[in-house]
Amino acid sequence: MIVQLPMAPDSNGITPEASFAALLDQHDLTPAWNMPAGAIDAPEATTILALRWADGILMAGDRRATAGNVIAHRRVKKVYPADDRSAVAISGTAGMAIELTKLFQTEIEHYEKIEGARLSLDGKANYLARMVRGNLALAFQGLIVVPLFCGYDDQTQTGKLYSYDVVGGRYDEQDYATTGSGGNEARAFLKGAWTEGMSQAEAIRVALEALIAAAEEDSATGGPDPKRGIYPNVVTVTGQGFREIPDDELAPIAEAALEQRP
Amino acid sequence: MTAPFYVPPEQLIKDRAEFARKGIQRGRPIVVMEYESGILLIGENPSRSLHKIGEIYDQVAFAGVGRFNEFETLRVAGIRYADVKGYTYARADVTGKGLANAYSQAVGQIFTHEVKPYEVEVLVAELGDDENHLYHVRFDGTLRDQHGFAVIGGEEDRLLEPIATGYRADMSLDEAIALTTSAISDTGDPSVPDAGWEAAVLDRALGRRKFRRLSPDELPDAD
Repeated sequence: MIVQLPMAPDSNGITPEASFAALLDQHDLTPAWNMPAGAIDAPEATTILALRWADGILMAGDRRATAGNVIAHRRVKKVYPADDRSAVAISGTAGMAIELTKLFQTEIEHYEKIEGARLSLDGKANYLARMVRGNLALAFQGLIVVPLFCGYDDQTQTGKLYSYDVVGGRYDEQDYATTGSGGNEARAFLKGAWTEGMSQAEAIRVALEALIAAAEEDSATGGPDPKRGIYPNVVTVTGQGFREIPDDELAPIAEAALEQRP
Repeated sequence: MTAPFYVPPEQLIKDRAEFARKGIQRGRPIVVMEYESGILLIGENPSRSLHKIGEIYDQVAFAGVGRFNEFETLRVAGIRYADVKGYTYARADVTGKGLANAYSQAVGQIFTHEVKPYEVEVLVAELGDDENHLYHVRFDGTLRDQHGFAVIGGEEDRLLEPIATGYRADMSLDEAIALTTSAISDTGDPSVPDAGWEAAVLDRALGRRKFRRLSPDELPDAD
């Protein structure tokens, strides 16, 4: 822990001064999961999705984390604000993904405070790709983190959506993207249900139905659970910024969607 | 080999203090003032992009006067300190007091050990749930906790007088801006034209990050 002020950090001349990760590295505080080869049953966060609607992007994730065939957690949060104009959702090894999110959030805020300017949306997306890539060695041991990222681009006045693969590949998505164990099922649903220019209510409904469809086929995905009061995380990112849709707004839509499933 | 001249420690400190004080007095002052729902930080600054006031952490802000490169170093070091601490422990563990102490240690160390002392004074403002803190760190590392309002840089004593007379704890933001700007304009050197204002608030009404820069149309025109 830093006792003295880090006044003049050793710089290799390449890493930007404003990088929080570089700072953690200097102080040996970078989170690391070094371990010998061999599988462990760390809880896994599963299905997340994002889709474009009239005003921006909507992101949603179910709440279940599983370890092998055990439900490890019922109320895991998989969708987070990256800053007040972008959001990140995570699938894969839950503990690492949550730490990665925290590091990503801190990096963006740190950069903004030191430079006095926000990172561009592409800059944030590329940085996240770098973080996923940094995790590649662990991915070979089964500890995989695959995020989705979205934000509102002030320059083009549109919502943008990015998906990633396990080696840190970054892909611009047009309409919707899904990942996680129930991702294929959710994508199949969205392929039929997604339409251009949906309203917020329609977008929420479609996202919840996609998660329900995924939960029906994938045991690692948890659908809405009105009995326990557990509903998916749903957030929107628009020109007004990041907004989390509260549970009491989701509950009636989720119940209606469950009711009408064939 | 020749022996170095003996300089008594009193003289050494006095010389250094005088050097630093002169450098700081040349600059324009910054006033920090508590108002009913937050803390105002305001000063004259001809530049729109080289800031003297900055955000450190959720409820902690920074103001510096004197040499730009020196207080900028302190500002950046403060953000590093706060972000590492908040990431390693929890956001609530980053306090103005911890940061002010770290500044005090660093500036004090530089004052006695380096070739040239820092010609800066900084102020750490912290918005608390029920009590605010204004920590004033002087060029020699002296740390003071001030209440209500504080002035750094310029002719501090002359500026404190009109502010102390006009200050009330329940002022609105507009009243606080009016009091501070008129006090700064009145005590400034009349031969130096007024520069634009740089101002920011720590506003209790905001979410997690309480720091907000005021836009030029929220501030009086510089004339």
